[in-house]
Order: sequence, then C-alpha cells, then structure tokens
Amino acid sequence: MKKKMLNTTKNNLITYGMVIIAYIIVQIFVLSGSLSNLMQGLLVPLCTYVILALSLNLTVGVLGELSLGHAGFMCIGAFTGAFFSKCTFGTIPDGLRFFLAILLGALVAAIFGILIGIPVLRLRGDYLAIVTLAFGEIIKNVMNVLYVGKDSAGFHFSLKDQMSLNLADGGEVIIKGAQGISGTPKNSTFTIGIILVLITLFIILNLMNSRDGRAVMAIRDNRIAAESIGINITKYKLMAFAVSASLAGVAGVLYAHNLATLTALPKNFGYNMSIMILVFVVLGGIGNMRGSIIAAVLLTLLPEVLRGLNDYRMLIYAVVLIVMMLFNWSPKAQEWKARHSLKKLFGRKDTAAKGGN
Amino acid sequence: MKKSKMILSVLLAGTMVLGLAGCGSPSKSTSDNASDSKTSDSSDGDTFKIGGIGPTTGGAAVYGQAVKNAAELAVNEINEAGGINGKQVELNFQDDEHDAEKAVNAYNTLKDWGMQALLGTVTSTPCVAVANEAYADNMFLLSPSGSAVECVQYDNAFRVCFSDPNQGLASAQYIGENKLASKVAVIYDSSDVYSSGIYEKFAEEAKNQDFEIVAAEAFTADNNKDFSTQIQKAKDAGADLVFLPIYYTEASLILDQAKKSGYDTKFFGCDGLDGILSVENFDTSLTEGVMLLTPFAADAEDEATQKFVSEYKEKYGDTPNQFAADAYDGMYAIKAAFEAENVTPDMSISDICEAAKKGITSITVDGLTGGEEGITWTADGEPNKSPKAVIITDGAYKAM
Repeated sequence: MKKKMLNTTKNNLITYGMVIIAYIIVQIFVLSGSLSNLMQGLLVPLCTYVILALSLNLTVGVLGELSLGHAGFMCIGAFTGAFFSKCTFGTIPDGLRFFLAILLGALVAAIFGILIGIPVLRLRGDYLAIVTLAFGEIIKNVMNVLYVGKDSAGFHFSLKDQMSLNLADGGEVIIKGAQGISGTPKNSTFTIGIILVLITLFIILNLMNSRDGRAVMAIRDNRIAAESIGINITKYKLMAFAVSASLAGVAGVLYAHNLATLTALPKNFGYNMSIMILVFVVLGGIGNMRGSIIAAVLLTLLPEVLRGLNDYRMLIYAVVLIVMMLFNWSPKAQEWKARHSLKKLFGRKDTAAKGGN
Repeated sequence: MKKSKMILSVLLAGTMVLGLAGCGSPSKSTSDNASDSKTSDSSDGDTFKIGGIGPTTGGAAVYGQAVKNAAELAVNEINEAGGINGKQVELNFQDDEHDAEKAVNAYNTLKDWGMQALLGTVTSTPCVAVANEAYADNMFLLSPSGSAVECVQYDNAFRVCFSDPNQGLASAQYIGENKLASKVAVIYDSSDVYSSGIYEKFAEEAKNQDFEIVAAEAFTADNNKDFSTQIQKAKDAGADLVFLPIYYTEASLILDQAKKSGYDTKFFGCDGLDGILSVENFDTSLTEGVMLLTPFAADAEDEATQKFVSEYKEKYGDTPNQFAADAYDGMYAIKAAFEAENVTPDMSISDICEAAKKGITSITVDGLTGGEEGITWTADGEPNKSPKAVIITDGAYKAM
C-alpha cells in the first residue's frame, strides 16, 4: 500500500517535472532568440489546449461521463474574462485584473457546469453527452446575438441589436453580438500559461488521489457498488464536473487574453472544437493526464508544422491523426510497442507496455 | 522501472521541445525578430516579400482562394512589368481557416519567412487579431476585404473594401435619395460580422431617410437554408423593397423561396451579392431587377476589368468576385505606395511601414474597384471610392 502511494506520487512528480522541464527549455530557446515567431506565438495556445485537454480528461477519464460541449465552458470563461477585463481596463492594475478575470471566468464556468449538472448527472446513461452537446451550441449562438453596453446608468443588455441597447451619450458597447469583444488587453504570457497548467495538474492529480477523487472513480467503476457503500453519487459527480467546467473556463480566459478579438465562431467555440479536445483526451489515453498534455501539444503543433505543404496540410493532418490513433490504441500496435519499447533499450526486463499512470 | 519511466518522460519532453526549436530553426536565417529595428537580411535584399493571409480551407475558403489567386495574378503582372522600383516581388499566402488564432499563427509564419508588408487578412475577425500583432511590429497592413471597423483602427492598417458601416450608410442613402421604396424589410445574418455591421448602420441611417424599416428579420449561420418565415414576415409587413446585406449563397435561396411563395418585390443588396449570377443550379432569371451596390462588377465594360476577368478565368477557371478584385487592387496599391516613397527591399520593416503609410495617402489607384475617380486613402485607413449601383437586367449587371 505504502509503495503504491509512493508510486503515484512519483508518477505525479514526473508529470510536473515534464511540464517544468519543457518550460525551462523553451525559455532558454526564447532567451537565446532561436525560437521562431510562429512557435513563440503558439506557446500560449498550447497552454490553453493543454488545460482544456486536462480538464476534459477529468470528466471523461476520472468521472467516466462523456462531455461534448467542453468548448461551451471555454466560451463562457473567455467571454466572462474578456468582459471583465474590458470593463475594468485602466481601473485595476494589469496583473491583478488578469488574476481576477481568471477567477471570475472559472467561477462563472463552474456555475454553468453545476446548472447543467444538477438535472443531468442524476440520470444514468449518456445524457450528459447529449445535453452538453446542445449546451455548447446554445452558448455559441447566444454569444452571437448578445449585445451588452455600458454607460453612466449601468449595463444594458439586448438580444436584438445594438440600437436597442439605448445607450446614453458616451456609452460603450462591450459585447457587440456577432462581432464579439474586440480590444481585449493582451495579458496572457507563456509563464502565466505554464503556471495555470501546473495549477490545473495540481488540482486534478490531487483530486484523483484524494478521498473525494476515489469516490468519483468508484462511481465510474461501479455505480451500484459505490451507491451501496453510501457514496452520494450526484454530489461527487457534480463536484468533478464543476471542477472540469471551471478549468475549461480558465483556459477560455487565457485564450481570450491572447487575441485582440473574441468572437464565437463555429471554428473556435463550436462542436468541432469540443470534439478536438475530446480527440486530445482519447489520443493521450483516457484518464492519463500526462498523455493528454502530450497529445494536446502534438496535435496543436501538427497543422502549423505542416504549413509547408500548403493545401494538403489538412489532408495530411487527418491521415496523421488516424495513423496515430491506430498506432496508439490498436491491440496489434500495442503488442508491437511492448516488444520494441524504449524501456528494453534501457536493459529492463519488465516491459510495462501501459505507460502513464 | 520507475527510473526508466522517468528517463522516458524526460526524453519525451526533450524531443517535444527540440521539435519546437527544430521547426523554428529555418527562421534564423531570415529576419529574426521584427521588434528590433534591425534591417531585414541584406542577402535577400533584392526582392520584396509580401505576405498574404486568408481562409483557403474551410467554410470561407471561396473568399480566401479568390484573394490568393488575384494577388498571385497581380504579382505576376508586376514582376513581368519590372517589379516595384525595379525589384521583384515574392508572395507567400498562408491559410487562416477563418479563425483568429490560426491567423495569428499564419502571421507569425510569414514573419519567420521574412515578410515586409502584409496583404490581408481576408475576413474581418482574423483581421482584427492580426492588425493588433502587426501594429505591435509596425508592419504595413493592407486588408483587401476586412470590412469591420476595428480592422483598420491602427495607423499602420489600411483596407481596399468599404467598411461595413459605410456600406450600410451608402445603401440607406441610395434607397432614400432615389426613392426606391417607402417600406423596407431587411433580412440579415445576425451571426455574421459583415451582415450585422451593415444592418446596424443601415437601420441608424434609415431614421434620417424617407423610408421606414417595417421588418428586420435575422437568421444565423446555423439556419441559413429555410427563409420562409423571414420572407412571410416581410410580405405581411407590406415591404416594397427587401434589403439583403448578406452573401450571395443565402441571397440566392431567398430569391428562390420568395418567388415560390409568390412574393414579388424589389431586392437590394451590397457587395456580398456579387457572384449571385454564377451560383450553380440557380435560376438566374430570378435575379432580374435585383439592385446591388458594389465597387466591382465582373462584366463591366472597361478594359482593365475585362483583361483581369479574362486572365483570371483562363488561369483559375472561375469568374473573379469582388474579393479577387479588391486583392488585385490591393497589390497595385502596395506597389504604388512603395513607388511613391521609393521603398527598397533592404529597408527595415518599420521603415517600410512608415514610408508606405505616407505613400498610400498620396496615391490614387485607378484599379478595378475604383470607379471613374479611382481610390484614394485617408490616414485613418479607409478608402475613398464611389460605390456603383447596378441592376441586373437580362442576366448581366447594368449601371443604374
């Protein structure tokens, strides 16, 4: 038992260490000026997607529920954070404002997670997938028609158009329907991104090894058994799902503060994005946090690295994705990997083919 | 076992990062960072490197492709005619998938390549994001078709097309001044920046004009196939003109469905309607009498347009739309601006930007979209050109 605990601790430390080492190496490259502009621009998005993949892995891998609307929570976090930053621009110092924006984004996303979770997580079956799928689309569409303005009298809302806000003179429209929010201050940096990744990892890994986390995993593995020993199913499910949603919200805030413009397009907050995050999780291994990080990084880099191929890029990307899936998860490929694993090269006999935690 | 696992992880982390750096290495040879005022490499100082960004894949690919093709066409022509200030021009067009994040990636890729000025981006949302980056680098940016107001909010950014509010304003004024209608219905795409931008200004200006908006019906990108509700509402409100500040794909459906529901009225659109005559499986006779305000008409009589259209058709097998025309003009505007200030490729990006900023406000480009007076630019980035109102008669544009 003691040894097992040590194993998990060690395993977790490896995951943290991996992130920190990657950070240090990248920083060295940045400081020595040998990192291309493209890669420098990709650093913050990479952190965003890593956080998203980790948070979804909490729902899919630890809780064992399928969520198809993760981009919706990201969208909520992004708009909340950007809205807050835009409203308080110039009144609160930069660092503090961004910190508050992250907290607020996480909070609002968590609230939505709970609101959705309350009815759905009481049910058995794949209802969460269905509801979150609809939720993601609804959020995207609401954001596309939402107008919010601010003037001396306070905030004005409208779901119709800019004119019906009836702003007083000097009022400012903050969320402009389809045009979204533009002019969000660019606060996201790689360092902040990495800190957030580490915090996300810390939350999730500690949760997994806590009493609550074991309750959550017990529900995943056998609901009836868990219920019979008195675990409050809805409570624990709701907790895990809310944490997952709020972390996605954090990723959204990071995303919003990296770009000057924020619009809810199908491309960034739509169904495809949710599936993309799910692909990170599945490819990295369900329940495997380290795998999620690696998969998110690789799959985000891939289309950019393939830019040289011009129009064939998306085609190649799809092919590579399929090949990676097969290579990672087909039984034959796993056998092959077990036979040719790196560990053998290190002269070890025990070929633990199933890497990760 | 644990140790080997650790080694494995470290190795993985290492390879990941090396991968990062590896992809970065080709850039080292070209200008490393635009932020320092170091002049871009003198070794390739004899060509201008112009970047382009637009969606060449995905839902908006038709616009990106058009811009890409036309920009290529213009660059080839310029090079054949001796280049800019005697220097050849190189074009590198990157895909942004109509996504702000991807557009910034594309922008950074182009920076690594050594871009000295940017013709892009094509669509509005990515353009706002890229304009911000370009402003930080002081890179000259000329967007062929980024029509949202914020696209040119910085002094280094200019555009070839009209801004959305300008189109809305011009349309409202045109309808009002020519007394085309007294009751107007609007069908617009509330999820689209272009469409809602035009609509808002149109509705604002309508208050000053001699007509009334009796119905303003929105649709979104998710339900842009069935317009019977919107058409019925416009019909019930008794509108004698329907204003369509949308793209031609949806407009062709609206025309078709209006005809089927027996709604006979006038239609008026903006430059997004250009292209409606080449929609496949669409009875173009339905467009008879449709009016649109557009800076470019592919079957205009003038020599420049005809030459452009025939060359474009020959090379890419397609009739160019207004995006193509804007890009073509944009490339020539860059040429003219560079020539006006004697820009040479060995200048730094920032110096080129300053010179081009000065140059572009002093030039007049006749161009395809300029009308009779040509296009001039003001320092705030907006073009000055006169919109042409055309009416479709016998399957062709006719000036009104």
